[in-house]
Amino acid sequence: MTKQQANWSPYDNNGGTCVAVAGTDYCVIAADTRMSSGYNILTRDYSKIIQLADKSVLASSGFQADVRALQKVLAAKHLQYQHQHNKQMSCPAMAQLLSNTLYYKRFFPYYAFNVLGGLDHEGKGCVFTYDAVGSYERVGYSSQGSGSTLITPFLDNQLKSPSPLLLPARDAVTPLSESEAIDLVKTCFASATERDIYTGDKLEILVLNASGLRREYMELRKD
Amino acid sequence: MFRNQYDTDVTTWSPAGRLFQVEYAMEAVKQGSAAIGLRSKSHVVLACVNKTSSELSSHQKKIFKVDDHIGVAIAGLTADGRVLSRYMRNECINYFYTYESQLPVGRLVVQLADKAQVCTQRSWKRPYGVGLLVGGLDESGAHLYYNCPSGNYFEYQAFAIGSRSQAAKTYLERKFESFVDSSRENLIKDALFALRETLQGEKLTSSVCTIAVVGIGEAFHILDQETVQELINEFEIAGEEAPVAEPAAPDQAGVAEPAAPDQAGGAEPAAAADDDNQAAPGDQGAAPMDM
Repeated sequence: MTKQQANWSPYDNNGGTCVAVAGTDYCVIAADTRMSSGYNILTRDYSKIIQLADKSVLASSGFQADVRALQKVLAAKHLQYQHQHNKQMSCPAMAQLLSNTLYYKRFFPYYAFNVLGGLDHEGKGCVFTYDAVGSYERVGYSSQGSGSTLITPFLDNQLKSPSPLLLPARDAVTPLSESEAIDLVKTCFASATERDIYTGDKLEILVLNASGLRREYMELRKD
Repeated sequence: MFRNQYDTDVTTWSPAGRLFQVEYAMEAVKQGSAAIGLRSKSHVVLACVNKTSSELSSHQKKIFKVDDHIGVAIAGLTADGRVLSRYMRNECINYFYTYESQLPVGRLVVQLADKAQVCTQRSWKRPYGVGLLVGGLDESGAHLYYNCPSGNYFEYQAFAIGSRSQAAKTYLERKFESFVDSSRENLIKDALFALRETLQGEKLTSSVCTIAVVGIGEAFHILDQETVQELINEFEIAGEEAPVAEPAAPDQAGVAEPAAPDQAGGAEPAAAADDDNQAAPGDQGAAPMDM
């Protein structure tokens, strides 16, 4: 007698792609704004990005209900941190908190594929990339979501990432200027939109640097 | 209040229908250093006296930010106050998590009061030994509440608690009717005046007091020392002479008059200082959660 399978899943995949690139004194975090379910588009204008702290921005693709719940939990934890420490959380601290929060639900995970971007203690750009249960690593750039398989090889080629491809390990941040990095990210999404049906509509870009946070938008193909 | 056979634990009534342990807890509030709150239609100001146990130590924190829209000033056992502040902060965070909107002040004080009441009806607990002046803003306007160790709470236009608070209360009783439509600056000025009353002749400087403000469009924050000192100077509140009694107050106003020509000259800088004060809420000097 075969084992009974569930005929209902608590998860859904709303698609979409997230990218982040770390620079010497900036960080670019970008995601498309399409939200889908199956072959349907639910909305063309949904933000997957949230600013958790002064210097930490989280972009997450996957199941947006879980993403939203995760964002709320992190925001509440950050508020508690501020009450106790009298200051905002640093990006590396937020990175660890995100990891712990994800692992807390190891046996009923948040279906969220996260990229955390921001500035570290020295003001250099930092990007942390995660799996659904909290395994994370600091990298120079990362992509998650439905278009990540198309974008990551392209970024590997362009940014010559030291890890995990090259040894000895070199500085993680890219030598590109801020505007060059933004153009690169726009190119990534324009290309991914062509071939990934779940990526498109509009691109939301957040740039974090010493002067603060800046938001930019770019139209993408809507088919 | 003398020791008697009904005051050993909080679950024992006296024949007169009193719970002496609760009343003793309220005594603890009266022993703490003064805390004052006032509110207008759009702002709430909390002020407190910084008492140090010795010259070598720093003063205890008496004003806590609970959320962007709520702050609390305490008098009594500071440790109890800290614990209750943590409770209030968590309640605000949880409410926002569930409803994505700010916890109304009236709801928070009821929860706080119920929490205090529990401690008056358990033989293994003791009442909280701290009085809280909760000031905050919500959709129904600006509010100031006082929470007792007894579990009672009251809403006030202005109130003072702690040692020598009666002097401040007398001042506030005279002036409270003007608070509703008071400007932010005048409200702070009145808080400083009321605070000075509790000092009984001691010079009012920014190192002796702490002031916090919350208002429409202005998140709860504690004013930094320079701002407070500027305000004290601006309002010429330092007051070298002791405030003797109420009749003396008009005299003090008379004393202030000769200084008016100076003040008139100081009016323009004061107006400019007002702009600075408006900017104070967003000033970069304050830490993000300036406490």
